[in-house]
Amino acid sequence: MEIRRQDDCLEISELDPFLAELLRQIPDSTRTEGAETAQQRLFSLPAQASEREICAEWKVYVEPELRRLFQTATETVATDLQQLNGSTKPFANCTLRIPTQNVEAWLNALNQARLVIAAKYNFSDVDLCDHYRSPIGSRRDLGLFQVNFYGFLQEFILHEMDL
Amino acid sequence: MHSSFESAVENPVIEQETRAAEELDLPWQVIVHNDPVNLMSYVTMVFQKVFGFPREKAEKHMLEVHQQGRSIVWSGMRERAELYVQQLHGYLLLATLERTN
Repeated sequence: MEIRRQDDCLEISELDPFLAELLRQIPDSTRTEGAETAQQRLFSLPAQASEREICAEWKVYVEPELRRLFQTATETVATDLQQLNGSTKPFANCTLRIPTQNVEAWLNALNQARLVIAAKYNFSDVDLCDHYRSPIGSRRDLGLFQVNFYGFLQEFILHEMDL
Repeated sequence: MHSSFESAVENPVIEQETRAAEELDLPWQVIVHNDPVNLMSYVTMVFQKVFGFPREKAEKHMLEVHQQGRSIVWSGMRERAELYVQQLHGYLLLATLERTN
């Protein structure tokens, strides 16, 4: 896999089918349905629970805004990822181009996905520092690989875009 | 001649206003809490974007979050503090507002 900045986009080329599939899974990985801990992490309280007025107003007025913001970011990424569906050869390497105007949406969606996966599998600090664990094992190991891979993409975007 | 206005000035009626302590717009703090998932570079970028911090200051607060578990990144009036917390949550940082002791 190669990543580089090309004019008005970030180009990820030589994407093998496995990594391409991990990218395709970004939108689904942001879903919190059935995962209370992930839901709590994405929509954490704005103050201590004793600040009832603040927390109640937040639920009514701010949380829906945040949901819209997160959904918009995820939809932008899903649209960009449609490029990966065009290959006529199912096991061929492919290329993804992320328009620079969409990089903030990508950072957001990647972060959503990382937080949701980490919450679902209850990854510890030690787990998250284990960058060399093979993804071929349990579903949990694959989840950890996803978190690290998405983190790598975030780092690259931040570095290349000088955000 | 003694106008009612002069009378009012000489003998003003003092209306007492009572407000609960929590109603007073005392300073609030915006606090960012540590989260092992968020990348250090990402948190630094968010501080720069939301608060307009120069990179050095943003990194100082990021390291405070990382090493001490939390950092007070702003203090001031409640309304603005709520807005900052909302922005930080938009970037998926763990942030709260608290009353300044």
